[in-house]
Amino acid sequence: MIESEFVPPEIDWLALAPLIVVLGAGVVGVLIEAFVPAKARRATQIVLTLAALAGGFAFVAVLWPQIVAQPVQVLGGSLTLTPFALGAQGIIAVLAFLGVLVVADRTATGQDAFAPTASAVPGTSYEDLARRSGLEQTEIYPLLLFAAGGMMLFASTDDLIVMFIALEVLSLPLYVLCATARRRRLLSQEAAAKYFLLGAFASALFIFGVALIYGFAGTVRLLEIAQRLQQGLPLEGMSVLLVAGVLLVVVGLLFKVGAVPFHAWTPDVYTGAPTPITGFMAACTKVAAVAALVQVLYRVSIGVQAVDPEIMRQLQMVIVVVAVLTMAVGTVVGSVQTDVKRLLAYSSIAHAGFLLVGVAGFNAQVQSSTLFYLIAYGIATIGAFGVVTLVRERRVTPGAGEHNGPVGDDGVVLGEATEIAQWAGLGRKAPWLTAAFALFLLSMAGIPLTAGFIAKFGAFTGATTGGLWWLAVLGVLASVVAVAFYLRLLVVMVFQRAQDDPAEPQVKLAEATPGAAPGEAEVSTSGAVSTGATTGAGATATLTTVQVTTAQRIEVTVVRSRGPAAVAIAVCALATVILGVFPSPVLALVEQASKFVP
Amino acid sequence: MNDVIGLAPWLVGLPLIGAAILLLGGKATDRWGHWLGVAASAASAVIGFILMFRMIGTPAEERSIDHHLWTWLSAGGLDVDLGIRLDPLSLTFVMLVTFVGTLIHVYSVAYMDHDPHRRRFFGYLNLFVAAMLTLVLADSYLLLFVGWEGVGLASYLLIGFWDTGRPSARENAVAAKKAFVMNRIGDMGLIAAMALLFAGTGALDFGTTLSDDAVGSLSEPTATAIGLCLLLAACGKSAQFPLQAWLGDAMAGPTPVSALIHAATMVTAGVYLMVRSGPILEAAPTAQLVVVIVGAVTLLFGAVVGTAKDDIKKALAASTMSQIGYMMLAAGLGPAGYAFAIFHLLTHGFFKAGLFLGAGSVMHAMDDQTDMRRFGGLSRFLPITWITMGLGWLAILGIPPFSGFWSKDGIIEAAFMPVEGQPWRAWVFGTVAVLGAAITAFYMTRLFFMTFGGRRPRWAENQHPHESSPLMWWPLVFLGVGSAALGAVLGIGGTFVTWLEPVVGHAEHHEPVLPVPVIITATLVVVVLGALLAFRMYAVSLVPEEAPRGSVLTRAARRDLYQDAANETLVLKPAHGVARLVQVGDRDVVDRGWGALPQAVSWFGAAFRKAQSGYVRSYAAGMAGGVLVIAVVVWLVAGLGGAQ
Repeated sequence: MIESEFVPPEIDWLALAPLIVVLGAGVVGVLIEAFVPAKARRATQIVLTLAALAGGFAFVAVLWPQIVAQPVQVLGGSLTLTPFALGAQGIIAVLAFLGVLVVADRTATGQDAFAPTASAVPGTSYEDLARRSGLEQTEIYPLLLFAAGGMMLFASTDDLIVMFIALEVLSLPLYVLCATARRRRLLSQEAAAKYFLLGAFASALFIFGVALIYGFAGTVRLLEIAQRLQQGLPLEGMSVLLVAGVLLVVVGLLFKVGAVPFHAWTPDVYTGAPTPITGFMAACTKVAAVAALVQVLYRVSIGVQAVDPEIMRQLQMVIVVVAVLTMAVGTVVGSVQTDVKRLLAYSSIAHAGFLLVGVAGFNAQVQSSTLFYLIAYGIATIGAFGVVTLVRERRVTPGAGEHNGPVGDDGVVLGEATEIAQWAGLGRKAPWLTAAFALFLLSMAGIPLTAGFIAKFGAFTGATTGGLWWLAVLGVLASVVAVAFYLRLLVVMVFQRAQDDPAEPQVKLAEATPGAAPGEAEVSTSGAVSTGATTGAGATATLTTVQVTTAQRIEVTVVRSRGPAAVAIAVCALATVILGVFPSPVLALVEQASKFVP
Repeated sequence: MNDVIGLAPWLVGLPLIGAAILLLGGKATDRWGHWLGVAASAASAVIGFILMFRMIGTPAEERSIDHHLWTWLSAGGLDVDLGIRLDPLSLTFVMLVTFVGTLIHVYSVAYMDHDPHRRRFFGYLNLFVAAMLTLVLADSYLLLFVGWEGVGLASYLLIGFWDTGRPSARENAVAAKKAFVMNRIGDMGLIAAMALLFAGTGALDFGTTLSDDAVGSLSEPTATAIGLCLLLAACGKSAQFPLQAWLGDAMAGPTPVSALIHAATMVTAGVYLMVRSGPILEAAPTAQLVVVIVGAVTLLFGAVVGTAKDDIKKALAASTMSQIGYMMLAAGLGPAGYAFAIFHLLTHGFFKAGLFLGAGSVMHAMDDQTDMRRFGGLSRFLPITWITMGLGWLAILGIPPFSGFWSKDGIIEAAFMPVEGQPWRAWVFGTVAVLGAAITAFYMTRLFFMTFGGRRPRWAENQHPHESSPLMWWPLVFLGVGSAALGAVLGIGGTFVTWLEPVVGHAEHHEPVLPVPVIITATLVVVVLGALLAFRMYAVSLVPEEAPRGSVLTRAARRDLYQDAANETLVLKPAHGVARLVQVGDRDVVDRGWGALPQAVSWFGAAFRKAQSGYVRSYAAGMAGGVLVIAVVVWLVAGLGGAQ
């Protein structure tokens, strides 16, 4: 018997399974685009995407007991599966699943949120033709899968180079997805361009940091760096290299987290991207980025604490300063917004601040509460953006009967009504939807009996355990300001009378000039100047049948979901309540996850 | 015992389910809802009987059982286990609540026959039974508090039951609110007591807090504070001085409610609390003395008010107040008094419920007339009511061998027990107790003869009094038998005192300052004198249909000794002043201060918003600047660190 000299690498395929399922399905999805007939493509893609995400989660569940007992490193640390990382993977899979449900909903109008052909110049006859021939962009589903897969890898690697690759894998599809909005196309494309440019900048900073770290330690694996540091400084007197490197890497991550002062992209991108995509990336990207940040900081701190606690203090102070800035800007600027999507964007920035308050405690035990926070934030965010997709503008032409044309007619139902003033009286038009939205807002505000309260409690506990009680106090104060703007929105929805309420005379008139620019005549995206000179003009040409000569009215209406989005909203609302009232099972699960080192 | 302990949670569960079905079921349950209510209460009573017979069969030292159900809440150092405590004391209450409660349920089926909201009424009644049983079965102060609030809610709902929202029903709404608010003052006492208790002993369950170790660890001032807070709670719930004002108004509710809640059971919860908390009170002699004083004051207060009331229900309410004063007095006397406090509570539960239901029967016969000056000579028309109320009358007077004699006599004897170092106490409280008995005899005789006696009827021409349906008079018969015999059955040979001994402890026997036969004789003599005086005034001579002006005392008693005016002057007016002051401060200081905050936020928001220019180049510059800021932070921190 001669033993073979070739030793095949031992690969724990099971540990890789969640990633393989999701990313593999993405690849299959690309093939579907090529080989499945157009008519069946959409259904196939949706089923495949949902199945892949569910499968990914199933594998996470299967792996859980094993990983909790014994974390593993696969492929030499490329995948370092600690309970914390696995937990983040599971959360991403679940949130992505819910996000895809919202993406997949075509609503009663029969149209999804994406442009039929993204490359067509808005308003041209080519674009019109594409719409009429029923073209649809089903590539979004594989793109979503790639993004989700990238996020899952991002949250679970120890190797900074792999982390960089994952960063790109998750970012590139998001850039594309941001550009695909059906309405307000130029806004969408502008958002994508901004996101891409700034993302590239952040990536550059990140990889520069990696280079500095490599120069200092001779490796890009965090745990190895920690080991080497514990044996003494690899380069005596050059710890500034390490500090600079770690800071740059952290900056790259803070960009993805959306923390001030690396947040400038958030409001513009969240506003410009198609709303279902905004929900998906607001929730899932935050999970991935925060999970990665926690692991990087924690692993670096193991080594640094051994050699020089002073560096630890500097790192901590950076996080504290960023947390304070983020909370302040998120809440203060959020409180003057007049657009729902922008408001939610600033709310997401504020939440990044609250998350960092918990992270700043540098306490391994309480980082599990960060995971809970991410769950609470994620479900509320996806649910809230899901609701936004259903609140629409509708054009009504007087004289042609009060309701000219069925709701499903694209000529009547326009884009989303995202101005806060337009949401007045929504409580009467759609009580259940308003109730769900109110629940999400209350959860984001951290009102007891919702998941957000437990989450904030955990985050602030994290800070106080780390000795930063004054930071926790600041966090509570910031929450108070934040409550004000969530409640303002609630007041508008529930207690104010709708603008188009018959009791009050009409307000919004839009002169339509047939032929010239048959889009949504007047859509303001209050986010101040951010939209540049393009405000509203780049609307899709969807008006083909309505012959308009008279003054028209824009009403606000709520379109019916065709199912998926409603299911997602209902699940999110239910989860928000359940996690607020009976959080103990989930808290017990995330408590098992407070383990960062294999 | 252990094989039937599983039934105990159903004592509470069945009426609670009944209430849920009746209140949530809506009109669908209108047709049979009242019978469901009766069944739920009766089933509870059956379970109570089973548990009691099993407990009688167990040795005395095993008669206190804490049955753990589940952990209710666990927060920091506080673990509250939800559990049931079964012992002779709680079972006595269970029997009283379920048995008398079931009789009153049956009575109400007929009494509320014409009420369109009869189902809702039974839902509330079941809710009350469930809450009251929670109160007495709880094994911790926290769970007791749940029941405590539950009965408060049920009482509020039932006092205001006839509040239709019309101006004519305003009296009901006001009475309900008054009861609720005054009870809330008492509840604050219970909350404060729980907080102090938790601070002192670290627990809230009876097993820990009432143990010798825990009580011993309390300093005397703490124990006194806890005792006084508990007393405040008891005063609110049991309508004791100075929180007694609500009980008279509470008579605005339907009469069965007055019988069950405002006579037999809920208002005695304060006495239960005192007896249950006995070990704490014994560690605080000052608090004990205050309890006795409150009891004595209320005893006389209620009795005096009772002499002047012409409304039959209000007279009975004043009597209830006074009788609970007796119980309170006994509860403050230590182990010697506990057993008699509970014993009197039990007998009072029967005879007072009987008297109230009798009053309801009279009102039923007289078209809801409650003014006794419009009654008279009813014994011929309402024979059953007459006889059963007569039994109750003899019982409350304390004529042997009727129920009240056995329990009230025990209390009077206990009041005459000497207290070491304070010889005046036995004489003062003993005398008050005897005096109270005399006044009780006067006003109850007055009530009885103004209603049933008299030479000629004083009711209107068109009234035709008649005995009501069997559903109403059978409960009267049961309660009448109880009024007559219960005291003797439980009192002869000290059966009841022995039964309670595992809970309240054995009282060492002291001799009263007067020989027992002398006390009994003296009491009986003044009682008979009081009764004869009333008989002469209201049965022999004519009762004017319009109330005479009366003496100063009579006028004061008619107006509840000016308790509402006193509350108004002493509490409401100062409170209004403070409220006005706070309002000004709130508007001019707090509101303006907070008003500045959003302005500041908006200003900063608008300023920062300008940074969101929409230009990628400025965003990227911002990021680069941010990196710089972070570098500066690190440099500063490093510099500061080096400086240290």
